[in-house]
Amino acid sequence: MQRLTDIICRFIIFSGALISGTVICLIFLVLVVSAFPFFLDNGLEVFFQPWDPVSGKYGIFPMLAGTLFISVPALLLALPFSLGFAVFACETGPTVLKKPSMAVIRVASAIPTVVYAFVGVFLLIPHIRSIAHSGSGYSVVAACLVLAVLISPTMIFFFHDSIQAVDGSIKAGADALGATRSEKILFLVLPAAGRGIFAGIFLGLGRAVGDTMISLMLAGNNVSVPGGVWDGARTLTAHIALVMAADYESPEFRSIFACGLALYLFTGMLSVLARVIHGRK
Amino acid sequence: MKRRLPLLVDVFSFIAFFVYTVVFAVVILYLIRRAGFPFTVESVFGSADPVRALLLREPVFDGLFPAISGTFLLVVISVGIAVPVGIGTGVWLSEYAKGALYHVMTLFLDILAGLPSIVIGLFGFSFILLCHRLFPGKGPGFSIIVSGASLSVLVLPYLARSTEAALQSLDNSVKTAALSLGASRMENIRYVLLPKASPSILSGILLSIARCAEDTAVIMLTGAVASAGVPSGVFQRFEALPFYIFYTSSQYTCPSELDRAFDASVILIFLSTVLFGVSLVLNKTVSDPATEGK
Repeated sequence: MQRLTDIICRFIIFSGALISGTVICLIFLVLVVSAFPFFLDNGLEVFFQPWDPVSGKYGIFPMLAGTLFISVPALLLALPFSLGFAVFACETGPTVLKKPSMAVIRVASAIPTVVYAFVGVFLLIPHIRSIAHSGSGYSVVAACLVLAVLISPTMIFFFHDSIQAVDGSIKAGADALGATRSEKILFLVLPAAGRGIFAGIFLGLGRAVGDTMISLMLAGNNVSVPGGVWDGARTLTAHIALVMAADYESPEFRSIFACGLALYLFTGMLSVLARVIHGRK
Repeated sequence: MKRRLPLLVDVFSFIAFFVYTVVFAVVILYLIRRAGFPFTVESVFGSADPVRALLLREPVFDGLFPAISGTFLLVVISVGIAVPVGIGTGVWLSEYAKGALYHVMTLFLDILAGLPSIVIGLFGFSFILLCHRLFPGKGPGFSIIVSGASLSVLVLPYLARSTEAALQSLDNSVKTAALSLGASRMENIRYVLLPKASPSILSGILLSIARCAEDTAVIMLTGAVASAGVPSGVFQRFEALPFYIFYTSSQYTCPSELDRAFDASVILIFLSTVLFGVSLVLNKTVSDPATEGK
């Protein structure tokens, strides 16, 4: 009996590890195999071609551009505020507010993505429509703003932990030399937390690129390279979610695997970069 | 130059604090106001009799009950699959893995944790197509079981890394006491390490439940639909709260449908806040599922 349970436990542990490893390889393999016919028919230049099914072009460049135009500005908008918030919660904020401020971020991170997008549709889109004076309001700027809110908690947690981990002697040294609090934070604490901050930026960008619901519900899903912030755009993730209905053998349908592969490679690269920079053992 | 910005950081960090607090307060207050908190039994059961609906005697056509039960079953399936695999992987990482194998596995798990959920949904979707091609008419179709299995892949890295971190954080004397008394490695894991680490492992499981309940991208590619009723089997299509919110936002036909989507949002937020809260109490070191174990 003892031996039997022992064997069962051992089986669970090792098969668990084996299943995890297999599944991760399998995802990549399935994506490559599924995208292969698409690349065979259309060549690798699909990454730089426009989407124009009428003339037989199924390029995913507009989706790549859409993803970039929405996620990078969202990151640039969220970054200074997240950093500011983390500094507030670690250093500059009054002691009574430090803990409650992180509780705010905990609640914020518990709000589901689809709920952020849903609130965006009914709270933000009407305002954007009236500011833009034209169009439906579903635009790059709407998706950017909500996405910036979505990725902030992740980055704030990461920044907060990195700033907390900075050696106290650095801060004490700065105080002893008569540095102001701003100087201490800008020139000593933040550079010392630099690795963690960069890792947090990569994770934030990964979340922004990988988000589906916000770009799907707010960005308008036009299949063309956006010409301005009030234009609609379609991201790689939204493209995957939208092409569902098409015929399974059509190039329209197969293009979603190229999008999936692009997402896999990009987010995989970000995860590796975050790992290298953060110096994981 | 440096002298000119004595208060810059202070002022900016206060602004950042203010901005986020206002934004999140607006989101929550807006939802609660629109949902008309506390919302009534009608939003869940519609015109059906609540008791009869709960006993599955009477179908609910105009309430959230089918979506709630779909989400519940979905969480049970995905967590049921992910817990043994994830905890097994975590124990393996902490107690067995060595050298290059450890690095490869943690690298894999990091990549998996960073994958967009729609890519995992696409994987489940391709799996269904593949089954159809290999065994026409036999393989699983778009169903709650495929959605649950795909979601278990999504939460696998959190579970594995949080279990590993929980075991690693145990005191060295706890880790070695039973071994020095002659216990085998497996006995040590089963009777000492896992029970001691169980609060932190449980908190990882709670976060996984929240993640499974809120994810929309995976289930929309693998079987969630707008109307399916209470799931009658695991090979059926199903309704779920997040999918209901997504679908209603663009397809609502009457104001009461939209009101129900606001109720669904409040239910989801309430659920994940409670799960996050309990998880936090269980494990003081937990921060965010995205940074869990990093």
